[in-house]
Amino acid sequence: MTDASQDRPGAIHARPVPHPWRWVALALIAVIVAMVVSSFVTNPRWDFPFALQVMNFNPVLNGLVRGTILGTLGAMVLGVGLGVVVGIMRLSTNPVLRGVAFVYTWFFRAIPRYVLLVILGTGLGYLYSKFDIGVPFGQQLSHLFGLSSDLTFFSLDVNQFSSTLLMGIIGLGLSEAAYMAEIARAGILSVDQGQVEAAQALGMSSAKTMRRVVLPQAMRVIVPPTGNETIAMVKDTSLLIAIPVNAELFYQASTIGSRTLKIMPTYVAATAWYLIVCSVLMVGQYYLERRFGRGFGTGSTAKQGALRARLLSFQGLGGGGK
Amino acid sequence: MSDRHPALVHAVNVTKAFHGNEVLKGIDMDVDKSEVVCLLGPSGSGKTTFLRCINQLESIDGGRIWVDGELMGYSDRDGHLHHLTDKQIAAQRREIGMVFQRWNLFPHMTALENIMEAPIQVNGEKKSEVKARALELLEQVGLKDKPSAYPAQLSGGQQQRVAIARALAMKPKLMLFDEPTSALDPELVGEVLKVMRQLAQDGMTMIVVTHEMSFAREVADRVVFMDGGVVVEQGPPSEVITNPQHERTRTFLRRMRQEEHA
Repeated sequence: MTDASQDRPGAIHARPVPHPWRWVALALIAVIVAMVVSSFVTNPRWDFPFALQVMNFNPVLNGLVRGTILGTLGAMVLGVGLGVVVGIMRLSTNPVLRGVAFVYTWFFRAIPRYVLLVILGTGLGYLYSKFDIGVPFGQQLSHLFGLSSDLTFFSLDVNQFSSTLLMGIIGLGLSEAAYMAEIARAGILSVDQGQVEAAQALGMSSAKTMRRVVLPQAMRVIVPPTGNETIAMVKDTSLLIAIPVNAELFYQASTIGSRTLKIMPTYVAATAWYLIVCSVLMVGQYYLERRFGRGFGTGSTAKQGALRARLLSFQGLGGGGK
Repeated sequence: MSDRHPALVHAVNVTKAFHGNEVLKGIDMDVDKSEVVCLLGPSGSGKTTFLRCINQLESIDGGRIWVDGELMGYSDRDGHLHHLTDKQIAAQRREIGMVFQRWNLFPHMTALENIMEAPIQVNGEKKSEVKARALELLEQVGLKDKPSAYPAQLSGGQQQRVAIARALAMKPKLMLFDEPTSALDPELVGEVLKVMRQLAQDGMTMIVVTHEMSFAREVADRVVFMDGGVVVEQGPPSEVITNPQHERTRTFLRRMRQEEHA
């Protein structure tokens, strides 16, 4: 028996497939990177020390924190919240809600964000200088009945409000909600109908079924594109200048550029901040995906492994050498 | 109700069509308390549809279904039927447990959370009490060491047993089983049937759509053979399965036997 087992094939120590082209590609890219880096060093117009300084200027930091970070956060909170509501409305059995949701998505997806922000920032105050909340047609009604009050509970000076960051956040958020509605709808539709039936059979109302069973599972499908949307929103906050909101990263950086005539370094400074913010968001997205992916795949670390494999795939370069 | 029917489930002349295709053609069925009824029949005979009609996962086109004296899906006021609201239908379903062919556990919750979900969310029971009961139920279905496992980490048979525990957690008067072992590997069928057998012995009222002839023969108080949307024959398993009166029943049983031996 022991003799025979020696003849039986044992553990596999196979040579990997050689990948010569990976080395060619690596060499090519190394040459290009070296050229770019050398131009950084030899071309004084890049002026990286000044770019680094600009990154730390107070107006730029203010623009980063308020316009870019707060703007992204606010617009995404509004966009995701409203978007999920509109997405659920799209799938409602109530035809009125379905219609409203469709028109909303149609309208806000069709309008460029820049145009929307210009209209909200400038045009709105021209049309409606004051925004009143009260009984519908309150002014007409009070006139009709000879009342002294015009049935208004809350009043807002639109011209003052329209050029604030909050207005910009509302504009970006309204636009984002149209896209998020479609993402939420796709996520909800991706959940197996059997899940809804199981929840209903347990006596859960449709609202509870949505909140406890469908949405948590839909999140697995909703989170990745929402990460994309958030990263896109970081960049779209540069449109806030259309409101106009001055406390905005790119506007502040380029202002310094036009004042000092060192234009490119200020662009580099803004670019660097955008890169940093988006990198942080990518890490956050990874943890969110892991949280909402729980229970899917037999190993709790399946996704983690996949990401690690993706990050380390460059190690495959070395594979040919062994 | 004064004219309350003594049976726990009292279905009269139930009809149902999908896109003009009549699936149920006037089903009458009474199921007494603590009775175990197995619905047999070829696929497309309407047995699953009828089961789903009982807890209103499908609406019915005609006839009436009462569960424990309560008309399902409608209220009968001043001579007219009125549709119940979403909330009222949900309340009616609380009393009826359902086990699905593809078990349908909530994948984002652990086994224990699956069982605790409805008592807490629907009945508003206290978490600590529900947890104690959920752990007991897990033990009852032989999974006391799996409370924190996610469904994806369990075998099909284990998932189905969790699904049974989840339905039982609502303390239902009636349990509906829709082909509970059809999606399972053959070697996992036994563990699920064992739990169901125990449940039957404990006096649960059960309606089971199944192809497991040995289970029907052994556990059912009555088997109902359906074909083409009608009840062809019914009676104690010793009569219907061993000595069927109708040709259609005989054909079906012969085919089932061939499959079992194949």
